[in-house]
Amino acid sequence: MTTALPAMPTAPRANRADAPLVEVRDLEMRFPISRGMFRTATEFVHAVDGISFEIARGESLGLVGESGCGKTTTGRILVKLQEPTGGNIMFRDGDYERDVATIKGSQVKEYRRRAQMIFQDPYESMNPRRTIFDTVSEPMAVQKVGTVPERENRVLELLRMVGLSPPENFLFRYPHELSGGQRQRVAVARALVMNPSFVVADEPTSMLDVSIRISIMALMTALAREFGVSYLYITHDLAVARYMCDRIAVMYLGKIVEIGPTEEILANPKHPYTKALLSAVPLPDPSIRRTPVAIKGGISKAINPPPECRFIQRCPYAAEVCRDNPHPPLEMRGEDHFVACYRVDAIEAGAPPTS
Amino acid sequence: MTLSLESLKRRHIDPTKPLLEFDRVVMHYRIKAGEVSAVEDVSFTVHQGEAVGLVGESGCGKTSVALSLLRLLPANAAYLSGEIRLNGEDLLYLSPEEMRQRRWNDIAMVFQGAMNSWNPVYRVGDQIRETLDTHHRGLMTYAQQREHMEKLFSAVGLPPAMLDRYPHEYSGGMRQRAVIAMALALGPELIIADEPTTALDVIVQDQILKELKRIQAEMGMSIIYISHDIAVIAEVTDSLGVMYAGKMVEFGPTSEVFARPRHPYAYLLLRSTPSITGPRRQLAALEGEPPDLLHPPTGCRFHPRCPFAKEQCVTHEPPLEDIGGGHKVACWYHEEVPELEGALQR
Repeated sequence: MTTALPAMPTAPRANRADAPLVEVRDLEMRFPISRGMFRTATEFVHAVDGISFEIARGESLGLVGESGCGKTTTGRILVKLQEPTGGNIMFRDGDYERDVATIKGSQVKEYRRRAQMIFQDPYESMNPRRTIFDTVSEPMAVQKVGTVPERENRVLELLRMVGLSPPENFLFRYPHELSGGQRQRVAVARALVMNPSFVVADEPTSMLDVSIRISIMALMTALAREFGVSYLYITHDLAVARYMCDRIAVMYLGKIVEIGPTEEILANPKHPYTKALLSAVPLPDPSIRRTPVAIKGGISKAINPPPECRFIQRCPYAAEVCRDNPHPPLEMRGEDHFVACYRVDAIEAGAPPTS
Repeated sequence: MTLSLESLKRRHIDPTKPLLEFDRVVMHYRIKAGEVSAVEDVSFTVHQGEAVGLVGESGCGKTSVALSLLRLLPANAAYLSGEIRLNGEDLLYLSPEEMRQRRWNDIAMVFQGAMNSWNPVYRVGDQIRETLDTHHRGLMTYAQQREHMEKLFSAVGLPPAMLDRYPHEYSGGMRQRAVIAMALALGPELIIADEPTTALDVIVQDQILKELKRIQAEMGMSIIYISHDIAVIAEVTDSLGVMYAGKMVEFGPTSEVFARPRHPYAYLLLRSTPSITGPRRQLAALEGEPPDLLHPPTGCRFHPRCPFAKEQCVTHEPPLEDIGGGHKVACWYHEEVPELEGALQR
C-alpha cells in the first residue's frame, strides 16, 4: 500500500555539454514605491537584483530563502506573470530559442506551451465554479489544441498519471469536492497537460500534510523523469529541497548568495547566511542537538539598498572589506559550488565572529 | 486571587504531579448529516512543568482536543463522556463564568495565526492592558500595569518601547512574540500553543521556540504544543502524542517515541519526514486519505491505510496499552512494527 519516493539521480547535472534549457542573466525586478502628491516613484524595492543562473534540461533547481527574499518574484518572472525591469532569460527548447524576458502578447502565449506554473495554495489556484475537466483542459482551450473529445482523453490520461483514479469519477467534480492533496494533483495535471519542458513550482507542498506531501513530491519527481521536465522548485523548506532538487540556490534580499549541488550545500555550506539557515532547521530527531543559530532578527525589505553586501546587517562575520566594497560576486568555491562572500576564506581559516 | 509582578517568577513545580488530565474524552460535532466523531476516547496527562506535543494530520482532532479543554468549542459540539481535570478539578462541570475565569488565568492559548489577530487601530500595549483590566479590574494601578507589561515584553525578547507601537509596525515574528507576552500576562500554569510558529521563517521560528522553552523553564509552566511539524515537536517537547482520526494512537516520552515508534501510523509519519541531516533515506508515503469521521472505519481506524492490517484490525478496535516506561500504543501488532523496515523495502 505504500510507495517509496524514488531516489534522485546522484549526478548533479546530466548532459552538461548541452546548452541549458533556461539561462538567466542579470535578472532584475524593481517595484516602485510611489509617494507624494504626484505619486512619483522615489524609491524602489529591489526584489530581484541582478541574479544569474542556469537550469539544465531535466534538472530541478531549488530556490530557497526566507519570505521576502525574491524567490517567488523570480519564479513569476520566469513564467511571464511579471515583466522584469532588466536582464535576459534565454530559453532553448528544440528549435525554440529566444530571450523570453522581452516577449509580449501572442509570443507569451506560445511560450506558455513550454513553461507552466504550480502554485502554493491548491484552494486558491482553482476557479471554484469550473469542473476538474475545465480546469485541467484550460491550457488546451487557450492554446486551441485538439477537439473536445481529444481534450477529454488527454485530461483522463493526465488524471490517471497523477494518481486520481478512476479518472472518470473526477472529471466533472468541482474543486471543493476534493481534498487538498487531490487538488494539488489536479494542479500538477494542469501544469503538465501541454507537455511543457519547464515548470515553476512555488511551494507546491507547503500547504499539505506530511504524508500527502511525500506522495506529491514522489509524483512530481516521477513525472519529471518520465517527461524530461525541468523544475524551478521554490521552497523555504530545505529538507524538502533536499529530496526534490539537484542543485540549490540560496537567495537573500534579491541576491543569490550561494548556489551548488544540493548535498554539497547541505554538507558544506560556505556563506554565513546559508550556515545560519541550515542551523535553524528543526531536526526530526530529539537525540540531536543543533548548533545555535548565529544570526538574529528577521529579513528586512530591500528598499534602495546600499551598495555593500546585502547580508552585512545580520552577518556575524562582517568586516571592513564587506563595508568598503560592493555586494560580492558569486565566486567558484568547489566543483559547481559558487558563493558570494568576501570572507569565505577567513571563515574557513577559523576567523572569529566580529559581532 | 492575586496578581503581582511575582507571578512572572518561577512557581514551585513537582514534575511527578499531574497538572492536566484529559481522561477518556469523547467529543462529537453534530452536523446535518450526522455525528462527526472528532475526539474519540482520548486520554493523556500533562505534568507540572512538562511540555507535551500533539501531532497528526489536519482533521485528526488535535485542535479539537485543545478547544475541548478550553471549552471553546462551537455550539454544535457535544461532550459525550470523560473528564478534563485541571489540578484535580473537572473543567466540564464549571459554570461558563467560572470557566471564563480559568481561561487566561490558568490556561492561556497561542493560536495558529494569532499574530494576525491584533486590532490594527490600537497600540499593542493597550490591547494587553485590556486583558489585565478584564481579568483583574482594579488590582493594579496604571503604572503597575505598565511595569508588568514591560517585564512581559522583556521576557519574550521585545524592547519595552514596542508597547507604544501599533501592530503594523511589528514584523511577523515580533507580533507572535507579543501574542506570547499576552498569553503570559496573568501567569498561567498551562499554555496551549497551536501551531505557534507555522507561518514564520525558520530563523525566526528557531528564536521563538527557544524563547518559549526558556520562559517555560523559568516560570515553571506546562505547555501543550500542537503541530503538524514533527521536527518542531521533536525539539521542544518531553512527551508526545500521535493522533489519527480522532484517536490517540501512540503516546510516550518524545525520545522514546522517536527512537522506537510502535504504531504503524506513527512509524510511517516519522519515516515520511524529510531531514537535512543524516543519509538521504527513502521517504515512506502513506497512500490514501484520512477517513471521513461521519462514518469512521470499523475496528482500528487506521486499518484501511495500514500496510500491515489483518483480520482482527478490521473487526476489533485495539486499546491504548502501556508497553513499558509510559510508552502507550494502540495497535494489535505493535510488537511486529520493528519489522516494518523490511516490509517497506519490498
